[in-house]
Amino acid sequence: MPKLTIPIPDEEIRALHVGDTVYLNGIIITGRDAAHKFMVEKFIHSAPPAEEAALYAELKRLLEGGVIYHCGPVVKKHDDGTWTFVAAGPTTSIREEVYQPDVIAHFNLKGVIGKGGMGANTLKACQTQPAVYFHAIGGAASLIAQSVKEVVTVHKLEFGVPEAMWVIRVEDFPVVVTMDSHGVSIHDQVEAASEVKLKELLAV
Amino acid sequence: MEKLGQPDLTNEFVELVRKAATDLPADMQKALTRAKGEEEPGSAAEGALNTILENVEMARRHNTPICQDTGTPIFEVHYPLGISTRALAEQIRRAAAIATERSYLRPNAVDSVTGKNSGDNTGVDFPTIHFHEWEQEHIHVELVLKGGGCENVSTQYKLPDARLKAGRDLDGVRRVVLDAVHQAQGKGCAPGVLGVAVGGDRGASYVKSKQQLLRPLDDPNPDPQLAQLEEQLYEESNTLGIGPMGFGGKTTVLGVKVGALHRLPASYFVSIAYMCWANRRASMDVVLNNGGVEVTYA
Repeated sequence: MPKLTIPIPDEEIRALHVGDTVYLNGIIITGRDAAHKFMVEKFIHSAPPAEEAALYAELKRLLEGGVIYHCGPVVKKHDDGTWTFVAAGPTTSIREEVYQPDVIAHFNLKGVIGKGGMGANTLKACQTQPAVYFHAIGGAASLIAQSVKEVVTVHKLEFGVPEAMWVIRVEDFPVVVTMDSHGVSIHDQVEAASEVKLKELLAV
Repeated sequence: MEKLGQPDLTNEFVELVRKAATDLPADMQKALTRAKGEEEPGSAAEGALNTILENVEMARRHNTPICQDTGTPIFEVHYPLGISTRALAEQIRRAAAIATERSYLRPNAVDSVTGKNSGDNTGVDFPTIHFHEWEQEHIHVELVLKGGGCENVSTQYKLPDARLKAGRDLDGVRRVVLDAVHQAQGKGCAPGVLGVAVGGDRGASYVKSKQQLLRPLDDPNPDPQLAQLEEQLYEESNTLGIGPMGFGGKTTVLGVKVGALHRLPASYFVSIAYMCWANRRASMDVVLNNGGVEVTYA
């Protein structure tokens, strides 16, 4: 199975097609509802405020060619102040659809990891950037936590554990490409086919 | 202050939560294993089920949550006359906090006004607890951990529904349930289990639909018409081709359970509780004898 190392070069992204299983290696950042709202409001639609300048600089560095993960983990804090991921599967991505294209473009993201797929605007952003949507297996939280080798740091812990931005180092994180940079989405294909079948069953 | 004869089951509730969060019931694991055998070798669907089954084993071995979204803990408590439900509710809340500290549960209770996470899985009506006094002498507790992703694709229909040509009968129920499965696609972490309730008011209907999720997959419906509907919905849902995670494939649902309530002449609600493949349920029986307790878990 192919391995990808983050940051991921454009030519490797262009070589990916829906249905490909790949293993991700490197530093990724978790971000879900609160984090996406925060990034768009504070960094993209306005100039970064002074008190967030350091975080903004770090995000710019880590997300350049990088990957964001829609995930709210179960964590364990150790006596020495370090953290471990105990369970860390993906959360539903579609809630970030209003923010994702802006975040992809602003930070030059190469990948978004989540579950359930995303909409037309994100698919378009994937074509332009280029970038891809990586589908992790929903609920496979203990297994995915094993590929999180290190919790490097955490930002915005005041959002709560699930909503904080965790900077993690992963090894061989298994994902499936379900939206590629060529405008193809497995989610659109499956939905269209199941709709045909549903109409047959209901005879409407 | 515990009254005489009132047991303290805090530790037992913690164990129940641990078991539900980390140990998938045998019937669910069996159904997932069977589903894996039915998908095309090498397909994304088969790959997803492989990962799911590996994860189930790993969670059990490491004593870690199957899914990081440990959901809303929903307790159904059956108790004999004379037991204080106030005391049991306090013990359940304490147990939820302890289970959070031990990383069996993610802090999941968020204040809807301030946005602040309570950090320990307690809050206003959190966890959810339903008490039922019964005639037996022991306490029976069932727990389901209902994840948020699948809760978001759960839904309710009001019949008749012109778009789906769904009238106020069991064929109408069938039509809206199939529509719900289609609408959910893979977003509820398919292959899921459907808890369906027909009738009731809106609130009772949703509660009843979730209670269906406590039934084992091989639990036959005592009502022959509902049993037939369950079978038909299971077969037809699996022809939709949505598949594990919505990757496409043969397995879209692992089970369908339907219950019915009396309704008002004016209303006909159908509620669909979509439960992800991680249908985390556990139960315990507590026998009380002379101040001591004997507990068995299942």
